[in-house]
Amino acid sequence: MIMVEEKLETVTLTERQRKAQRSRSIAIGVALAVLVVIFYIATIIKFGHNLGTM
Amino acid sequence: MSLAGESEKVNAQFSAAEVGDFLALLKPRVMSLVVFTAFVGLVLAPVPMHPVMAFTALLCIAVGAGAAGALNMWYDADIDARMTRTSARPIPAGRVLPGEALGFGLMLAGFAVVILSLLVNLVAGALLAFTIFFYAVVYTMWLKRWTPQNIVIGGAAGAIPPVIGWAAVTGSVSLESIVLFLIIFLWTPPHFWALALFKSGDYERAGIPMMPNVAGHASTRRQIFAYALVLAPVGVAPWLLGYTTPFYGVAAMLLGVGFVWYAWKVLGMADDDRAMKPAKALFAYSLLYLFAIFAAYLADSVVERALAMGGA
Repeated sequence: MIMVEEKLETVTLTERQRKAQRSRSIAIGVALAVLVVIFYIATIIKFGHNLGTM
Repeated sequence: MSLAGESEKVNAQFSAAEVGDFLALLKPRVMSLVVFTAFVGLVLAPVPMHPVMAFTALLCIAVGAGAAGALNMWYDADIDARMTRTSARPIPAGRVLPGEALGFGLMLAGFAVVILSLLVNLVAGALLAFTIFFYAVVYTMWLKRWTPQNIVIGGAAGAIPPVIGWAAVTGSVSLESIVLFLIIFLWTPPHFWALALFKSGDYERAGIPMMPNVAGHASTRRQIFAYALVLAPVGVAPWLLGYTTPFYGVAAMLLGVGFVWYAWKVLGMADDDRAMKPAKALFAYSLLYLFAIFAAYLADSVVERALAMGGA
């Protein structure tokens, strides 16, 4: 069997790209956390009254 | 640390977009108007809504409007680059890649419609989906580059939010919410044509068939005045139909008279007027008009209910 060594191409981000990526990641994380809280409360309000009858 | 056998390269196509660039894709100023008019529709509805559900509905409407804005900027990046008013937008300025804007818009649109349908009701969700489709596909991809009636027909997308707000509470559409729709629908042409008059060079460069570039300035001025004459009484209609107290009626009448007066000034503008102060004044006043007439409707409804509760 012949072993073929493949070269993987990776991307090196510039400092500006790295900073932007980090700020985007933080924003996505915060937005998701806020949405989880909102939808949890909204779901309880919308469907909560049905849970008691189950 | 790089692994043996790997080669490294700097990818110029990798995004350096900041959070603010993605927020700009949502057209925050348009979104604020959408949220405000949807809020008015939501409050005017005859039954109360739980504040958290109302907030969720408004959030979905805002995100849906933002998604439509992002899809608009994705499709219109070529003409945005040719207009001074829009050349600094994230895509033509090179800060956001077109594919990012498309993915962002589609993801937000799906999210807003699904959540509004599941957590609020299907009617509101369907109306939001229709609005996004109408703005992003019917207006942006078809009407905008094809006919000078683009913003007349496309204006329907911007006029629906109060109907969605109403539907979020009631699960239906009523005559009162349709009157709100009509106010924004009739307001849109004079608002955008006033802008198109003093930015006609921009639209000409971009090849967009706005009314001043197709029918000429004189015809556009006449049409602006005609729309103002129709808008003013429609603005008073909620009082005439018995939905409000005379407070709103008087406020709407005064605002309408102001709109006609500014439109009259535009009508009298000379053909060789390069400064176009009347058109700029009408554009600014039209923004004030829409905000004020919806605020008056909102105040009228809130005060009337408070007085009714006090008297009960």
